[in-house]
Amino acid sequence: MTNTNWQAYPGETTLSDLTQPLGLNVQNFLSAATGIAVMAALARGITGRQSSGLGNFWVDLVCSILYILLPISIIVAVILVSQGVVQNFSHYIDAKTLEGGSQILPMGPAASQVAIKQLGTNGGGFFGVNSAHPFENPTPFSNFIEYLSILIIPSALVYSFGILVNRRLHGIMLLSAMFIILFAGIGISLWSEFHVNPAIGGLPFMEGKEVRFGIFPSALWSVLTTAASNGSVNAMHDSLSPLAGLVAIFNMMLGEVVFGGVGSGVYGIVLFAILTVFIAGLMVGRTPEYLGKKIETRDVFFAVIGVLLPCAVVLILSSISLVVPGGLAGLSNKGPHGLSQVLYAFTSAANNNGSAFAGLNASTPYFTILTSIAMLLGRFGVIIPVLALSDSLGRKKYTPPSTGTFPTESSLFVILLISVIVIVGALTFFPALTLGPIIEHFLMIGGRTL
Amino acid sequence: MRNLKSGILIFLIMAVLTGVVYPLVITVISQTAFPDKANGSLLSGDGEIHGSILAGQKFTLPEYFWPRPSISEYNALPSGASNQGPTSEALRQAVEDRSRELTPYISGQIPADLLLASGSGLDPHISPDAALVQIDHVAQARNLSAEQKAHLRELVNQYIEQPQWGVFGAPRVNVLRLNLAVDDTFGKPPLEGANQH
Repeated sequence: MTNTNWQAYPGETTLSDLTQPLGLNVQNFLSAATGIAVMAALARGITGRQSSGLGNFWVDLVCSILYILLPISIIVAVILVSQGVVQNFSHYIDAKTLEGGSQILPMGPAASQVAIKQLGTNGGGFFGVNSAHPFENPTPFSNFIEYLSILIIPSALVYSFGILVNRRLHGIMLLSAMFIILFAGIGISLWSEFHVNPAIGGLPFMEGKEVRFGIFPSALWSVLTTAASNGSVNAMHDSLSPLAGLVAIFNMMLGEVVFGGVGSGVYGIVLFAILTVFIAGLMVGRTPEYLGKKIETRDVFFAVIGVLLPCAVVLILSSISLVVPGGLAGLSNKGPHGLSQVLYAFTSAANNNGSAFAGLNASTPYFTILTSIAMLLGRFGVIIPVLALSDSLGRKKYTPPSTGTFPTESSLFVILLISVIVIVGALTFFPALTLGPIIEHFLMIGGRTL
Repeated sequence: MRNLKSGILIFLIMAVLTGVVYPLVITVISQTAFPDKANGSLLSGDGEIHGSILAGQKFTLPEYFWPRPSISEYNALPSGASNQGPTSEALRQAVEDRSRELTPYISGQIPADLLLASGSGLDPHISPDAALVQIDHVAQARNLSAEQKAHLRELVNQYIEQPQWGVFGAPRVNVLRLNLAVDDTFGKPPLEGANQH
C-alpha cells in the first residue's frame, strides 16, 4: 500500500504461485493507482476556483488501472515473455545438469508481475535477486524494456500534470529540472563505475553484476531505479562503487522528486516548486504565487512538512540503529560501508523506494518494525500534507499573474528549483554521506579493505 | 459508510481483475505465442531436462568451460549474491582464493568475471575473454590434438554472442550452450569427481 515494496524475502522459496499474483499484483496496481489519484487531486486543487472538492478518489483509482496501468502492463508482459521471462503455473522443475548434479528451477507467473512492478514503480521482484535473475530479466533487450518501464509513467505524468493545470510549459519545465538532476547522477555514477577497484587488485566493478548486461546498463539501472522510486535492481547495489552507491542513496534522499513514484513524483516536485516560489518571493519581497494561487503561511507549512518529514525519519532512525545492538547486528560489512547499509535501508524505506544494500539482514524483527514505521511515515507523512495543501489551494481565488509574479515557465525557475532541491538534500544529508560512501571512496582509492 | 462500502466493492473487483484475470490472460497469451520461453527455455534430451539455457549451472570438471563464481553455487533456491561492498576484506580474500585456484589452469591475466561473483548467482554467461583463456585447460583435460584444439577455438568463437541486435548489452558466451556443443563434438567426459569442489 505504501508503494515501497521492501523485500526481505526471496520470492522463489517463501511465496507460492498463488500468493504472488493475488497478494502482490493487486497491491502493485492499487498502490500505483493511488499515486495517480493523489496527483489528480492536487491538480484539481490547483485549478479549482474557491471550490472544496478534489474529485472522486475511487473514480481516479479505477480509471488509472483500467486505462493506464493494465493496458501497458499487458504489452510489457508479453514483450518480456518473448525474451524468456517465465509465465506459467508450474511447480519447480528438477533438472539434471551436464555434470550429473541436480538443479531445481523455480517457475511461476513472473512476467505479469514484473511488468507492473516496473511500470508502477513498485520494485521488488518475483525472485529474490529480482531483475538480476535470468528468469526475470533474461536478455539485454528485456533489461532495456524493464528500465524504460521504470521511467515511462512517472515522467509522462509530470507532463500530464502540466496539461491538467493548463500550463503545459510548466510541466515541461518541471520535467527538465528532473532530467537535469537525473543526468548529473548518471554521469557521476558511470564515471565512478568505469574505474577499477584498487582495493581488490584493480579489478573492474563486476561483483554483483551480470555479464549479459555489463557495467553500463547496471549502473544506469541503479540511477533510474532510485530516482524513480522503483527499487527493483539488476545488479547488487551493495557491491556498487562507493560513488555510484552515493548517487543511488542521494537520489532517494531527495525524496520522490526526480520522477519519483507513479504520481507521487509529481506531488513531490510540486512541494519543492512551492518552496522555490516562496524563496524567490522572499528575495524580491512579493507575495509568492504558484500557478495563479497565492502561497501563504499555511501552504508553506504543509510543503515544508512534506519535504522534511521523510528526511527526519531517515536520519533519526538511522542514528538510533547505529547505536543499539539490534541495529548493528544486521550489518554484513564493516566500517563506512556498514553505515551506508543502514542509511540506505532507512532512506529506501522512508522514500518509498524498496531497493537495498541487500547485505543488511533486514528480516530481523528490529529492522522489520523500524523500516515499516519509516515506510508509513515516509508515505503518508507526505500524502497527508499534500492533500491538505491541495485543499487549501483549491479554496483560494485565482490571482492573474502580474508583473511581480515569478514566472514558473522560465529557465530561471528551473535553475532555482534544482538549486533548492539540491541544497535541501545536501544540507540535510551531507554529514551522513561523508561518513558513509565518501570515506569509503577514499579508503578504496588508498587500496584499503576492512 | 457508503464510501466504505463502495471502497470494499471496488477493492474486490480490482483484486479479481489484477490478481486473477490479468495473470491468467498473460499466461494464456504467452503459452500460446511463446510456449518454450514462457516455460523457462528448458533444454531436454534423452527424456531428461538438462536445465535452462537462461540459468547458469555448476561446472567443476576441467573438461568443461567454467562459469563465474556463484555465491549460491548455482543453486536456484534461493538465488543470491555476496552483497559485499567495494572495500570488503571478505571480497578481497575471496578474489585471492579464486585467483589461486584458477592459476594452474589459466596462464596469464585471469578475466575479472571469473574472479567476481554475479548478482543472481545464476549468471549463464562469461565474457568472450573468459572463454578464450579456458581453451587450454579444456583441450588438455580432453587430450585434444593440435588440430582438434583449433577446432575447439573455432567453436568458442562461434559461440560468442554479440550485443543483442548490435545495440543492447555486452558480448558474451553462454557456458551451458558452449559445453553442450563441446560434448557434442568431442564426446561426454566421464563424470567421476564432478561437483566435488
